[in-house]
Amino acid sequence: MSFLLRLLAVFLLLAAPLRAQESFESGVAGLAGGFAAQAEAVERLGALGDPRAVPILRALSEGKLQKSPDGVLAIEGRDALTGAPAPTATETVRINNRVRGALRGAFGRLELASPQEAERINAAAGLFRARSADNIRLLEDALGREASPAARAAMEQALAASRLAAADPGVKRQGVLMLSGSASPEARSLLLGALAANPGLAAEIDSAIAAIDHRLQIRRVAETAFQGLSLGSVLLLAALGLAVTFGVMGVINMAHGEMVMLGAYTTVVVQEAFRGIPWLLPWALPLSVPAAFLVAAAVGAALERGLIRHLYGRPLETLLMTFGVGMILQQAVRLVFGAQNREVLSPSWMQGVITLPGGIEVTQNRLWIILFSLLVLAVTIAAIQFTRFGLEMRAVVQNRRIASTMGIRTGRVDAMTFAFGSGIAGMAGVALSQIDNVSPNLGTGYIIDSFMVVVFGGVGSLAGTMIGAFTLGVVNKMLEPWAGAVLAKIAVLVGIMLFIQRRPKGLFALKGRAAEQ
Amino acid sequence: MTHRLQVSRRVLLAGAAGALAMPAIRPSFAQGAPIKVGVLHSLSGTMAISETALRDTVLMMVENINGKGGLLGRKVEAVVVDPASNWPLFAEKARELLQVHKVDVTFGCWTSVSRKSVLPVFEELNGLLFYPVQYEGEEQSRNVFYTGAAPNQQAIPAVEYLMSDDGGGAKRIALLGTDYVYPRTTNRILRAFLNSKGIADADIMEEYTPFGHSDWQGIVSRVKQFANQGKKTAIVSTINGDANVPFYRELGNQGIKAEDIPSVAFSVGEEELAGIDTRPLVGHLAAWNYFMSVESPVNAEFKKMWHAYIKNDKRVTNDPMEATYTGFTMWAQAVAQAKTTAVDAVRTAMYGQKVMTPSGYEEQMWDNHHLSKPVMIGEIQADGQFNIVYKTPQAIKAENWSPFIPENANRRRG
Repeated sequence: MSFLLRLLAVFLLLAAPLRAQESFESGVAGLAGGFAAQAEAVERLGALGDPRAVPILRALSEGKLQKSPDGVLAIEGRDALTGAPAPTATETVRINNRVRGALRGAFGRLELASPQEAERINAAAGLFRARSADNIRLLEDALGREASPAARAAMEQALAASRLAAADPGVKRQGVLMLSGSASPEARSLLLGALAANPGLAAEIDSAIAAIDHRLQIRRVAETAFQGLSLGSVLLLAALGLAVTFGVMGVINMAHGEMVMLGAYTTVVVQEAFRGIPWLLPWALPLSVPAAFLVAAAVGAALERGLIRHLYGRPLETLLMTFGVGMILQQAVRLVFGAQNREVLSPSWMQGVITLPGGIEVTQNRLWIILFSLLVLAVTIAAIQFTRFGLEMRAVVQNRRIASTMGIRTGRVDAMTFAFGSGIAGMAGVALSQIDNVSPNLGTGYIIDSFMVVVFGGVGSLAGTMIGAFTLGVVNKMLEPWAGAVLAKIAVLVGIMLFIQRRPKGLFALKGRAAEQ
Repeated sequence: MTHRLQVSRRVLLAGAAGALAMPAIRPSFAQGAPIKVGVLHSLSGTMAISETALRDTVLMMVENINGKGGLLGRKVEAVVVDPASNWPLFAEKARELLQVHKVDVTFGCWTSVSRKSVLPVFEELNGLLFYPVQYEGEEQSRNVFYTGAAPNQQAIPAVEYLMSDDGGGAKRIALLGTDYVYPRTTNRILRAFLNSKGIADADIMEEYTPFGHSDWQGIVSRVKQFANQGKKTAIVSTINGDANVPFYRELGNQGIKAEDIPSVAFSVGEEELAGIDTRPLVGHLAAWNYFMSVESPVNAEFKKMWHAYIKNDKRVTNDPMEATYTGFTMWAQAVAQAKTTAVDAVRTAMYGQKVMTPSGYEEQMWDNHHLSKPVMIGEIQADGQFNIVYKTPQAIKAENWSPFIPENANRRRG
């Protein structure tokens, strides 16, 4: 009898890995099926916890898994299971969102013990979304080993979500309590979803949601403020060049938007030139800034010397003429580059989200643009206040004839001032290429806004332009949640109209004799 | 039906006889003035991005048919005008095509507002317009053949897909659109449809933005907030034109993955994706009646013809181009059958015309002036193409008068 039992035990010991092997293979084979079969197979492979599944699933998620007509799976010409050379006539295994969701859960289980911190955090995020009570043990073990605070936080969230999915009400309550310390909208969503299913825990869940809501509210205010600043920085960039050409020189330049557009296309050209040199490619964007300045400044100088200077003192003619020049520039760019939008790559340091303390999420590209706009503002102010060129420019603006008698070549100063303003617009184009379409129409969208900012801030005042831009940006974003994007914009325009009625010179009116002319 | 078959056989025989008789490579045109085809697409202004490719498609079809010996033994000649994305100018240019150039047929328009602008001109002068873009329906003119989709051939199946198991089982829908007639009408139909499926108004978010809107931060974070209410959420986008690029960029930057909040778009095709880095967008959806990635013999032929014509293998094909191809082929068939280009005869001959299209389905023109079309859902891939995850087994007949718009519902027979 005991011999028989022992025999049975030996048999079971041998059979268990055999069965695992079999279900691993059948799981992998399932990846070649329809979307529903794929999702099920991915879940099964995740539950098995066999590390051999990782490269296969990775290949599936990256579109590198191939299948032959008879269902043999291969990765880069080698059989996915055996590693032997695979038949060549193959097609890529396609997946849909359902399979992608299952993959995230499976990676969560398989990579929770990965040596890479980033992979562990990703894995925990995947398990948070998978919300299965099966993962509780796995996460508890992982938390016991974990030292990195970021990974711990992600795992605690995932554990809370998994506990919430458990059948036992005590475990569930633990989950609710853990989630109440979180500030993430996903946690709130999870709790709301659980509310209907668990009437017994309603009180705990309600108070957890209230706690999260409180934190979220602070966060939302901060995010709205950031969005307002970001919109303001875009307005500031677009308007700064105009603040020089219109504000300082008094030229109504309707082709200002096209200078911005030329800057954006310069970015495209610089990027295309660097495409062959991979190590330089991340630097294409920073290097585009001086290039765009030079291109737009050259066009601006040519425009001033060739056309605008003949029309000084005739604002209506200047307006019409620059409007025509703008259309010519648009159509010229359309002829050279085509009507299609051009793609500008974002360097990796401008992609994704940064999470600030308190869970406030800000997008990286917007953050860089805010910093860039402040930098351009500082450079502009410095150039006007502290350089010889700035001194001459201010002198010419204050009194052309006396400046001329002092030996300043006013014509040259005019050309340089206009080129400077246009060059700033070109630099704005580099930044806008990161958030807007690079198309021949890029500039037309900004010309009205730019004039609005300059007039609102006070013609001739750079500080006014900055404060005007940020005020309009923040007010617009604060109104948007209530009124919608269309009405918010209308409300802002009406507000400016009323304001200009009251203070025709804008926020910061220039005082003194020069301003009276 | 048999009659039509005989005719096409006769045409074929005549063509074969012609080919035998004339060894010259260049086709020579026996008799008569050329047949004139008007092309009314914007080549400048904000719509140029989309419409330029359609002009090229018509020119390609004209070149192709002339290569085969023309139509009714006559040469086909394209007359191209540029309405410059300016809606009133569309009407002027339509009048010029019909009265000055005396075109036999016109292929043109993209936005619904441009179509509404030329409609009275075509009706007054009894012209013939082929309109190749999906639109909001609620229209039927005897002078227009609509070769794009009506809402029941695009919008409603797409939302049904989002609510299915494969599409993620969405219970909350955010309707985002550009502020003009197409998105507003489509969303009105969709809201009524969703209500009929038991989705309450509280679970529907509707938001509009101006043309060319570029600052999507606020709206995307509001969608995120809307999505975090404990129910699976999806986005239905009727955003049109360039505004899509910054919208998708913001989705990518705010980390909205298709697995969490899938979005389905009705106006984003291969051409629109050409200006975006699509890697962060993999899995987001679009609904059309054709994708470039369709595997069918006619599509292989179509792509080959396009690449040869445009002399650039990187250029993509898209749904409105396919609808232009289908419309042109169908018109040529109808003219061959009617043996004239006279508008009234061609109109009668159009009804019941069938064409094997690049979508891989046979599409038929019905007497409601709309085509039966298959519906396909595609997921955006990293290379800017679409992976087709769902398609209807058959082509679906158009309901241009939607049953979800009560005041028009019983105008079904137009």
